Amino acid sequence: MTMLSLQVPPNAVPVKRWKLLSAHPANTAITLLLVALLVWFGLPILRWALLDAVWWGTADDCAAEAAGACWAFVAVKLRFILFAFYPPDLQWRPALAVAATLLLLIVTAQPRFWGRHLVAVWLATLAAAWLLVSGTVIGPPISTNQWGGLPITLFVSIAGLGFAFPIAVVMALARQSRMRIVRSLAVGYIEILRGVPMIVVLYVAMLIVPMALPAGALVDKLLRAQIGITLFASAYLAEIIRAGLQALPAGQTDAASALGLTYWQTARLVILPQALRAVIPAIVNLSVGILLNTSLLAVIGIYDLLNAAKASATDPQWLGYYTEAYILAAAIYFAISFSASRYSLWLERYLRASDQH
Amino acid sequence: MTTKILPGPKGPGLLVKFSTWIGPLPFRQVALLLGVLLVFWFFSANTLQNMQKANLAPGFGFLFQQANFEIGESVVAYQAGDSYGRALLAGLANTGRVALLGCILATVLGVFLGIARLAGNPLLAALIRGYVEILRGTPLLLQLFLWTGLFQSLPAPRNAITVLDLAFLSNRGVFVPSLAIEGFSAIIWLPVLAAVVAATIFGARRLFKGKSFYVTKSAALVTLAVGVTFAILSLLGHPPVVETPERGGFNIRGGWSLTPEFAALLTGLTINASAIISEIVRSGIQSVKSGQWEAARALGLKPGQIMRLVVLPQALRVITPLMTSNYLDLTKNSSLAVAIGFPDIVSVANTTANTTGQVIESITLIMLLYLSINLAVSALMNIYNRKIALKGALSR
Repeated sequence: MTMLSLQVPPNAVPVKRWKLLSAHPANTAITLLLVALLVWFGLPILRWALLDAVWWGTADDCAAEAAGACWAFVAVKLRFILFAFYPPDLQWRPALAVAATLLLLIVTAQPRFWGRHLVAVWLATLAAAWLLVSGTVIGPPISTNQWGGLPITLFVSIAGLGFAFPIAVVMALARQSRMRIVRSLAVGYIEILRGVPMIVVLYVAMLIVPMALPAGALVDKLLRAQIGITLFASAYLAEIIRAGLQALPAGQTDAASALGLTYWQTARLVILPQALRAVIPAIVNLSVGILLNTSLLAVIGIYDLLNAAKASATDPQWLGYYTEAYILAAAIYFAISFSASRYSLWLERYLRASDQH
Repeated sequence: MTTKILPGPKGPGLLVKFSTWIGPLPFRQVALLLGVLLVFWFFSANTLQNMQKANLAPGFGFLFQQANFEIGESVVAYQAGDSYGRALLAGLANTGRVALLGCILATVLGVFLGIARLAGNPLLAALIRGYVEILRGTPLLLQLFLWTGLFQSLPAPRNAITVLDLAFLSNRGVFVPSLAIEGFSAIIWLPVLAAVVAATIFGARRLFKGKSFYVTKSAALVTLAVGVTFAILSLLGHPPVVETPERGGFNIRGGWSLTPEFAALLTGLTINASAIISEIVRSGIQSVKSGQWEAARALGLKPGQIMRLVVLPQALRVITPLMTSNYLDLTKNSSLAVAIGFPDIVSVANTTANTTGQVIESITLIMLLYLSINLAVSALMNIYNRKIALKGALSR
């Protein structure tokens, strides 16, 4: 999957934008051609999506002649797409958990809240969310087979990145180590996970792990998939962190050993804080990649957001409105990843500016 | 006075050599290795036990057993009843075909979009930006689902959408003109293929030497090779003909047909990768400092020459490694075929695992396959990078 993040340099030569629309005959021609194409392609899409669309009503209204998009379907199926098979009367639980997590994400996005207490708040929130959704404390308990939709997508991505982090830090440090065996093990781990498609990692989690466990030991399917995604993400994260480590001047380590710090003290107090700070924007980009990659859960039959959207169009009463369901899912994914990518651009500027003080 | 050369120490002994090779804390390292091996041993012992319980013999003997499933399409001849090994080979050929075509098409589209975005037309740039943002902000699997839906909702062959009566789009597949040589089997393509490969290697060698960017010359060479082959064939009485698809009865005949699954996968992978390639090309070109342009202009070079002789060779230094990892990503992403019903290697291996129960062997095979592709490509890339790197940059 694409975990590539591009650091795009700003435009070298500023251009006076709108003047160019008609600056050159060829340019004018291109502009006119594009406008024509927009009208040619855009108008039918516009008619389908807005003018001829059925906004409210029943399946019969949507099946009518010359009807466009069936947004009525989306209105009816929104609950299912967002929460899949979670019992409707208990739906407030995942809804609350998602709302709390999104709120925490917004708080986390602001550098002034960064600190050790934030990690504690995250751990507490995720634990509380898990207890709430699984119904361990306030019954009835809901098995993970019934979980689905946006909460799965969101929590699997966040937990995947969170658990991947310590693994990735250890692997990145191990890859830089002077100890041959440690280094080779880390290289093997990272290269194997980065070299195979994520589907294969999920297949290993689904098919091989149950066979490799002692007879009778069963691990929950969702948990197995979560472990697979975590390991996959950790390999990519380790490479990002390694880039951060390599960017540090050697003097930092020398200064730390001159002060008499041990290896772990140096790593914890001197090297990692600086290395991680340098790669935060890349980590944000990677999290978008992980979020988009969780959609592969659909392949192994877990009802994440994409799979729930797909399944919503198999209702015999509302059969075949796949496009509408996918557009809704795409809009949700896009809203999250677009804001994250804007945020990472802003963060890069912010960090660079605060470095210069 | 003469200095007498005294016999010095013979250099480090074996133990010293080993301890410098292994680095600090050798005993703990060996203990760690043993721990890792122990974990592996634990899991393999369980696996063997579980396989025994399920009456499965570990090993790759199943590759020679008869496979009883069909594969929708393949370039390697396969039918139900052939061996599993052959089925996997057919899947591998399918992966190779979609990955190769995808890489080529995505490069063409991506380079075009990347340059078009820099061309200075704001409307064009804005549209391409939207294209890139949307494709990068939604899951590839979702895009593939949408493409599959689109190709399946095309009209039946009878009312197929046609482009100038040359290509047909229908729910039974996409039909495009193909090149055929009468009276010869597929073996005739071998000299053409050899010529193309030779020209490509020649072009790649020039790139490897980091001399310059001879796109036009390489392209001319390939064209020449193909042209000469065709001329010889025509002289021998077997002129190549373009076969266009035609409507006939309930279906469309002739030409090169792509199944809806293949078309959807190829389109999805191409479009998705083209968005990333366009960004790579743009950032690569922009990474060349504007002073380079000015200096080249001051020397009196024409814009085309500046691009070809000054900017592109430098931009390639940035572009090539990113492009390579993008090609590898595309190849890995083609494994999503399993979700839309195209029989690629992962999909066939999955079916094999389900029907034979040889899960570990099947998955190990695909892992080894992808890993060897990756290792081979990154080894080539390392050689290439060492050739084109700025000479001061490596020796830090």
